[in-house]
Amino acid sequence: MTATVADAPAAPAPSTVIPPKKFGPSIALGVIALLSLVIFGIGTPSGASTTFVVARGTDFVHLPAYTAPSRLAAVLLSLVGLGLAGWAAYRANQHRKVGIWLPVVYGMAIMGALLTWAGAGRDATSIQITGLLTSSLFLAVPLVFGALAGTLCERSGIINIAIEGQLLAGAFLAALVASMVGNAYVGLIAAPVAGALVGLLLAIFATKYWVNQIVVGVVLNMLVVGLTSFFFSTVMTENGDLNQALGMAKLPIPLLSSIPILGPVLFNQNLLVYILYVTVAVLQVMLFKSRWGLRVRAVGEHPKAADTVGINVNRTRVRNTVLGGAIAGLGGAFFTVASGLAFGKEMTSGKGYIALAAMILGRWSPRGALAAALLFGFADALRAQLGAIGSPIPSQFLAMFPYIATIFAVAGLVGHARPPAAEGIPYKK
Amino acid sequence: MSEQGQTTEAAPEEEAPQESRSRQVLREIAESSSMVVFMAIVASMLIGGLLIIFADEAVRESAVYFFSRPSDTFSAIGDALGSAYSAMFNGAVLNLQAESFAATIKPFTQTLTMATPLIFAGLGLGLGFRAGLFNIGAQGQLLMGATVGAYIGFAWDLPAGLHLLLAVLGCALGGALWGFIPGVLKAKRGAHEVIVTIMLNYVALYLVAWLLSLEAFQREGSDNPISPVVAETAQYPKILGVQFNLHLGFVVALLCAVGVWWLMERSTLGFRLRAVGANPSAARTAGMSIGAATIITMVIAGALAGLAGSAPVLGTQKFLTDSVAGSLGFDAITVALLGRSRPLGIVLAAILFGGLQASGPSLQVNAGLPVDIVVVIQALIVLFIAAPPLVRAMFRLPAPAHEKEVAA
Amino acid sequence: MKLELRGITKRFGDFTANDRIDLLVEPGTVHALLGENGAGKSTLMNVLFGLYDADEGEVLLDDAPVAFAGPGDAMAAGIGMVHQHFMLVHPFTVAENVMLGHEDVRGPAKLLDLDAARAKVREISDRFNFNVDPDAVVEDLPVGAQQRVEIIKALSRDASILILDEPTAVLTPQETDELLGIVKDLSDAGTSVVLITHKLREVQAVADTITVIRRGKVVGSAEPTASQEELASLMVGRAVSMRVDKAPAQPGETMLTVEGLTVVDEAEVVQLDGVSFEVKAGEILAIAGVQGNGQTELAEALIGVVTADAGQAVLDGDVITGKSIKEVLHSGIGFVPEDRTEDGIVATMTIANNLILDVHDKQPYAKGLALQPKVIADEARKHVEQFDVRATSIEQTAGSLSGGNQQKVVLARELSRPLKLLIASNPTRGLDVGSIEFVHKRIVAERDAGAAVIIVSAELDEVVALADRIAVMYHGRIVGIVPPETDRDTLGLMMAGAHQEEVA
Repeated sequence: MTATVADAPAAPAPSTVIPPKKFGPSIALGVIALLSLVIFGIGTPSGASTTFVVARGTDFVHLPAYTAPSRLAAVLLSLVGLGLAGWAAYRANQHRKVGIWLPVVYGMAIMGALLTWAGAGRDATSIQITGLLTSSLFLAVPLVFGALAGTLCERSGIINIAIEGQLLAGAFLAALVASMVGNAYVGLIAAPVAGALVGLLLAIFATKYWVNQIVVGVVLNMLVVGLTSFFFSTVMTENGDLNQALGMAKLPIPLLSSIPILGPVLFNQNLLVYILYVTVAVLQVMLFKSRWGLRVRAVGEHPKAADTVGINVNRTRVRNTVLGGAIAGLGGAFFTVASGLAFGKEMTSGKGYIALAAMILGRWSPRGALAAALLFGFADALRAQLGAIGSPIPSQFLAMFPYIATIFAVAGLVGHARPPAAEGIPYKK
Repeated sequence: MSEQGQTTEAAPEEEAPQESRSRQVLREIAESSSMVVFMAIVASMLIGGLLIIFADEAVRESAVYFFSRPSDTFSAIGDALGSAYSAMFNGAVLNLQAESFAATIKPFTQTLTMATPLIFAGLGLGLGFRAGLFNIGAQGQLLMGATVGAYIGFAWDLPAGLHLLLAVLGCALGGALWGFIPGVLKAKRGAHEVIVTIMLNYVALYLVAWLLSLEAFQREGSDNPISPVVAETAQYPKILGVQFNLHLGFVVALLCAVGVWWLMERSTLGFRLRAVGANPSAARTAGMSIGAATIITMVIAGALAGLAGSAPVLGTQKFLTDSVAGSLGFDAITVALLGRSRPLGIVLAAILFGGLQASGPSLQVNAGLPVDIVVVIQALIVLFIAAPPLVRAMFRLPAPAHEKEVAA
Repeated sequence: MKLELRGITKRFGDFTANDRIDLLVEPGTVHALLGENGAGKSTLMNVLFGLYDADEGEVLLDDAPVAFAGPGDAMAAGIGMVHQHFMLVHPFTVAENVMLGHEDVRGPAKLLDLDAARAKVREISDRFNFNVDPDAVVEDLPVGAQQRVEIIKALSRDASILILDEPTAVLTPQETDELLGIVKDLSDAGTSVVLITHKLREVQAVADTITVIRRGKVVGSAEPTASQEELASLMVGRAVSMRVDKAPAQPGETMLTVEGLTVVDEAEVVQLDGVSFEVKAGEILAIAGVQGNGQTELAEALIGVVTADAGQAVLDGDVITGKSIKEVLHSGIGFVPEDRTEDGIVATMTIANNLILDVHDKQPYAKGLALQPKVIADEARKHVEQFDVRATSIEQTAGSLSGGNQQKVVLARELSRPLKLLIASNPTRGLDVGSIEFVHKRIVAERDAGAAVIIVSAELDEVVALADRIAVMYHGRIVGIVPPETDRDTLGLMMAGAHQEEVA
């Protein structure tokens, strides 16, 4: 045999691997939408109506409250869900992926149907749309920062279970430093330092001592809980000046904040929320369009390949884990200075683990983390709304939603969650 | 390549004669992992001491004029540390100020009481670790076990003995169910058990919160989410008399430790679990089923964590709340790690951490220190033992021969 | 660029992977480095690429000595390497993979200039007719195209020396032909190519010079005009002959019948193509062939580690294909796997435990759920003595044993049950001479006890020494079954794909 291919163009061999079509996710979405149609749509008594309030008294533009026929609204929202399930199936048939927007819009549509159903026929109460969206965004803030932290670490190959601890450390140091200086904004500078320190510990144990990263994460969470609670009960309690409730004013952005409905939701927030917008946008671009991002992702997927082209694997990992910790720490400021609260023991109450869930559901991208966190924030805000109007659905089930959604995601039942290939594996030469 | 193993094994023997006998013994002790564990505990207590000093008001006040009267600072440091460590000893081991014998030994029985749930859950987690599974879900499994056990305890009316037995089995069953879910998702769908178990912890939490809002679980005449008190027929009897809290659950936990030891070291099932955990590929080539091992491990681990739930609901607190699990599930992870996943080690680690927790009230009352210092010490111990090279570097202990190879 | 290696020696502990190797690669030529797996070819290239430090010797580029601290230095000096296991980031596009590590960037944020990378990929792809789309995601590409991406990666860094490590190991025959064409084109364009392979046909197709390595040493060089049998005998070493004392076989009833056994792997490459043969009780059938021609898959399909896609195997009247591994083992088959540390032993368990890995739940080792530690220990001691396992105690972990002793543990385990069939894959790989002799003796003893034996071996000497019949495999098929007296030139030709009839 001699090489005869020299002149003829070497046609690429046809792909012999045809991945199976994955209809599971779209089927699951479709079934839930159908259930929603039956229960919330057909199940709503005809003739009942639901009142939606879309503006608040303080808003620049006054919009009238809108009363919709409940059944029609719930049916329409369920049909939107069904339509999205169909779109997902169509894309799956073409072997194409759907964006993270789909499950988020879908989730909101179904939850909207639920809300309409719950609010049906209750003339005395109305659904506060603006309030609901505002608190969704607000509740999502620590989740977004936490999920961004997780994304940064895991994209470089380090599993960050310590998000919870980083949030808590950030909340603590923000309150402490802000109280010492007497200025809430200084807390925003202190918070990332605390998170970065926790991140540094994680990075050292993971890259230098090759300790199982999950072990380190779990134990660091305990350590931060212990340390912050200890100082809270001693130094802070003995000296109340060190733990004051300092707040940050809302900074409405001129013009933008006057846009009906979305204006007050998005552009009448405090500084931390604006930092959040910038962080998500910057990280989204940097992670997927910059040299830094390309190298980080290479390290997380195939460290040896990165090493053979001259990238320092462990240095990249340490830097990312520290940066991630700093971002989670900044998110921790939400609990104290950005909410106008003093520090309290274990005040993050598991938000770090929901952030982990948001990271997975957001498929390890900043944009996805934002979307998933907003969905979880929406579920949380909805819980409060339903509690207020006295819903037939136990609030605990809505509270479970983020966790169950994540279990479905990792079990490949809804969408496909694929973590960076080298995550959790120490790089040893 | 293949001869490498032999040469590294042989090397220390050749060096040995050059050392004096006693030096060699000393070196073996210094290299052993129990030395690392001991030093990790010492280091953690020292760092805990630093925190105590830092938080102590007298120390801080005297530090202001440290350069004019340093002795004040030092004596303040001494006072702070002295009162803290003696409060710990008095709270966890023996109360030397007590008048009666019973009051003197009461702290240690309290330590054993606190250790009981940690032994159960630690055994479950250790079993998982040895079978190669990272179960972060003891918290949820414990809660589900406590729920089923407590329900049987307060809702059913059965003769003594049988009632307790069924309630205990109920605890195991509830936990086993909560372990089965991640087990089967891992075996059949490849879902990572760490994520699934973390998420299930919260699902369990809200599930129990919801149950406690139902009439069937609500205590009569109370609006709070707490269940009725478990019937006396279903409570663990106190084994040292009523003046001590130590209950039969401790004995059950020790029996479980023996049982787990037997399972892992002496049974065919445990043999399979160990083989699959250590080398799944060779285990499969020898005809073992990886999926079955995964599910079985998670079910047993869940059942043991569920039994940990019996300690509060049938032993100490005697009713169900959604906070009944406390942080036991996570504490148990540290117990399993410190105990190196072996039953005896887990029992000892659980008693150590149980003692730290039992000393909480004494620390609060006698030294004015919050119990949180205990959590810090616990976390530090585990961090240190997880990284033996760090501990060795801190205390300048020699590295064992094989680790030198790795470092070189 | 001219590349020269002088006296390169690389040791791992006591094991010498490269023993004073000299190599000269002239500019613009294709230099084939031929040798069996484990001969030390890849080690040599890793030394050259800066991944390992050589213990002795030097590397010269255009007659000037160079020293590389890492792959970065080697690449900067103009050496590119296509690893056997591709160094490609799967979710990345071709352009991203190619630019990784030396990206063109824009602006202070150092945003990637993907257009520049695409242009570079297109330019190289067009120059050599690679037909690679810069925006394709690597994991969606067939293996052959992935390999071309690796070559583009090297060329985009202006490599003037390209090392290809076992480039055809994962390719289909068509892809292999395409690659060989590319290699020719590259050398015509002035690039020096070092081709590491154990496949004779490829060497003859493209090499200008051939160096043969065996057991870490250069055993000779040849012109591409050398015949395949010459190359084969150089590679597998005819000089060293092995002798095994054994009586003539006394074949009995047919024990194993294999009919049309076919295995297609995940990448839909046919690894085993309708293999049929028989083995009788009391005889040793050795499967010979250059590695990677389906022997591993044959053994694994028989045992049930991989599922057969067609055909069946019948052991003493029972169909064993489709059964679980456990059932197959218990129907009377012993299996000595090719990769001892991966599939054979559990390194952290004791010798005693490793000896009962497959029978731990059977009498007398277990009664019901309970293991019988005393029986296990007694039997372990017996086996350790019988099989001459050099250990201080049966409670020692298997991982602490030398390779030879580990293999004895595996053998002791597999031979301790009454066997109808023993399958051993490369049972003496990496063992010292003493252990090899011992293993051979035990295998012959098993035959004489009446078992059918299948030996898969890449060592022709071993095949000839042990076999009562030799089946030669090539490209997933058996090209012929011949008696052990068959001369080596004929065997070499068959290993290169010639059919028995053609040879005869």
